[in-house]
Amino acid sequence: MASLDDLKKRIASVKSTQKITKAMKMVAAAKLKRAQESAEKGRPYSEKMNNVILNLSNGISDKENAPRLLSGTGKDKVHLCVVMTSDRGLCGGFNSNIIKKAKSYFAKLSEEGKDLKIVTVGSKGNDQLKRVYGDKIIANISFKESKNANYFDAEKVGKMVIEKFEAEEFDVCTIFYNQFKNVITQIPQSQQIIPLKTDNSEENKSEDSYEFEPDEDEILSNLLPKNISTQIFKAMLENSASEQGSRMSAMDNATRNAGEMVDKLTIEYNRSRQAAITKELIEIISGAESL
Amino acid sequence: MSEEFKVEIVNPEKSFLVKEDVHEVVVPAFEGEMGILKDHISIISFLKPGIIKILSKSGDENFYVEDGILEFKNNNLSILTSSIFNLANIDKSKQQDLLKKAEEEATKTEVNDQSKYLIDQKIEVLKTLN
Repeated sequence: MASLDDLKKRIASVKSTQKITKAMKMVAAAKLKRAQESAEKGRPYSEKMNNVILNLSNGISDKENAPRLLSGTGKDKVHLCVVMTSDRGLCGGFNSNIIKKAKSYFAKLSEEGKDLKIVTVGSKGNDQLKRVYGDKIIANISFKESKNANYFDAEKVGKMVIEKFEAEEFDVCTIFYNQFKNVITQIPQSQQIIPLKTDNSEENKSEDSYEFEPDEDEILSNLLPKNISTQIFKAMLENSASEQGSRMSAMDNATRNAGEMVDKLTIEYNRSRQAAITKELIEIISGAESL
Repeated sequence: MSEEFKVEIVNPEKSFLVKEDVHEVVVPAFEGEMGILKDHISIISFLKPGIIKILSKSGDENFYVEDGILEFKNNNLSILTSSIFNLANIDKSKQQDLLKKAEEEATKTEVNDQSKYLIDQKIEVLKTLN
């Protein structure tokens, strides 16, 4: 059994850890509120953007000559995966969930014999992926210095993706991020952004037709790059809300576990103190008896 | 019959402005200024740098935009833009800042004709602001 002194030290150290996790939880909770707000505020923009594009792509007459960002290169050989993670750790399963999702997708790709290129956003994802997929990572972007997700950063990523697409470095682009559902639940998502998927176009077909100025093709070719930045921005917003939510619940758990541990250790400490006293008493009594 | 319709301006961060009592909006569309009244045909268009004028019952407002997309449908006007400023909030120094940025962009050589045109537009509009 550990000595009294050791137990005392352990209790003190667990208590100070608990203080840290509690503080981190508070910080995460405050940040979560902000991040959640901006994620919710950002949704109308990306939804509207998506709607406009859907309407446009339905209205386009000549599908053959549609911009390549919409129709793709016609090949399905090289896949670019943008894996979006956080820059900081200690946020529970947040990063590993995205990585797991991404890795299973990578495995599927390599089974199908397709080439893979990876762009990581956020340093944690890079750390986890570079061990296995180090040679596939073509870029790592990190926004450590910007406090909140902002559109400017998203545009940088978007521009890079588009440049690479135009240089024909890949055919299909998918982004991976965590969608924020609530504080406890974040759903890892994969979303294909190039070529754009218009799966729910069936429902929208009945809507009335639009007047375009300038014509559809020109609008589309201007709009699609913007849409990519917008989708990436949406992913960033969702991600940052998810990160804080995940960190908050992880730190909440940690604080509770530390509390349990302190209780257990305190009981153990009290017991051994009592045992020591009893032992001493027995010694004194038996000493007195023998006289 | 009321002659009013709804305007919504969204930027990536938030919903910038929602107004229900608008009777006319003038936007700097890509191919020239365009006034939109109630029951306009459904339209999608681009914005070039310029001033959006919103005329409504509760007062007129002017905004400076640098880019954007405009969608009008069922008497709902949505404007998606990543850079918009209320003219009432742009003071001299802000205007100079924007102008300087635009002029720096214009000096870059690698821009193509279209973006060059847009930048020139931007500078021109900014100069008229004061």
